[in-house]
Amino acid sequence: MIVRLSGEGQYNLPDADADRLNQLDNDAVAAVEGGDEGAFRELWGQMLELVETDGSPVGEEDLVESDVILPPRDVSFAEAQGEFTGEGLIPD
Amino acid sequence: MAGLGGRMSTVFKAKISRLLDKSEDPGETLDYGYQKQVELLQNVKKGIADVVTSKKRLQMQSSKLEQSVVKLDTQARQAMSQGREDLARAALERKTVAQTELQSLDTQVNELEAQQEQLAANEKKLRTKIETFRTKKEVIKAQYSAAEAQVKISEAANGVGEEMADLGLAIQRAEDKTDQMKARAGAVEELEAAGTFEDLGQLGGGQDDIDRELASLGAGSQVDDELSKMKAELGTGGGDSPQIEKGKEGA
Repeated sequence: MIVRLSGEGQYNLPDADADRLNQLDNDAVAAVEGGDEGAFRELWGQMLELVETDGSPVGEEDLVESDVILPPRDVSFAEAQGEFTGEGLIPD
Repeated sequence: MAGLGGRMSTVFKAKISRLLDKSEDPGETLDYGYQKQVELLQNVKKGIADVVTSKKRLQMQSSKLEQSVVKLDTQARQAMSQGREDLARAALERKTVAQTELQSLDTQVNELEAQQEQLAANEKKLRTKIETFRTKKEVIKAQYSAAEAQVKISEAANGVGEEMADLGLAIQRAEDKTDQMKARAGAVEELEAAGTFEDLGQLGGGQDDIDRELASLGAGSQVDDELSKMKAELGTGGGDSPQIEKGKEGA
């Protein structure tokens, strides 16, 4: 499974991580919706850790599409709120 | 891989796809769309230049504020040593505002710096990927049947296209941040114009009564300092009196 960290690059993760990543992702959005910045930071930290610990960086010579695209590492709570609770949720 | 991607990653994937859609077929863009690439690289350069400009502006404000903090601190001490707690308080209040602004400016300058480096690194990476695509395409054509080659080339093109779109997103983000900082820099300039961080001892427009009093206090203590220096000189200068007497003798 190829995961892109927006603004940074791609990682190759074992497919077995998909469920865990999805779970964390959905929990993080729930935290944003609940206005709980602390929980969001914690979950986002866990997601980054999962990607970095289990994943290996995709080489510069590899031209592959990502299965999952995550926000930039330094995504702010305000940005996340804009993306996931505002109009960002509604696709164009 | 059905069901891949939680809500957050789905939103981000959709963002990237929207940017990709604008560039038609990524394969064709990469093959013939030099203009598109040149355009993107120009955007990156412009993005970086904007970041640098905003950073410099904030850095200039930051060093001005640092000077204000030092001056206000000196003035507060001066006022306190002369028993003027009210004036010392006024100076310290301004110093606190300046310090808070300073901290927030420094944080922003650091953020901009990181963003600038990341943009430059990603631009380099994209160049590499585009070059790789050009080479790889020919290799694929030689190794696979036409139908297979088409699929593989299209996959590779999508990979590069995603890289391009992601860089586009990063530029947008940097621009948003730069806009916020421009607004911030403007707000700090307004505070400056209102005399919030003004060196209270300096003469100039926008001075209020406290400014003037502090200024005169500063001037007053300078006079005192000079007077005590003079006194000290005269005191040790007792030995000079023979000169005067000599003069008298000479007369």
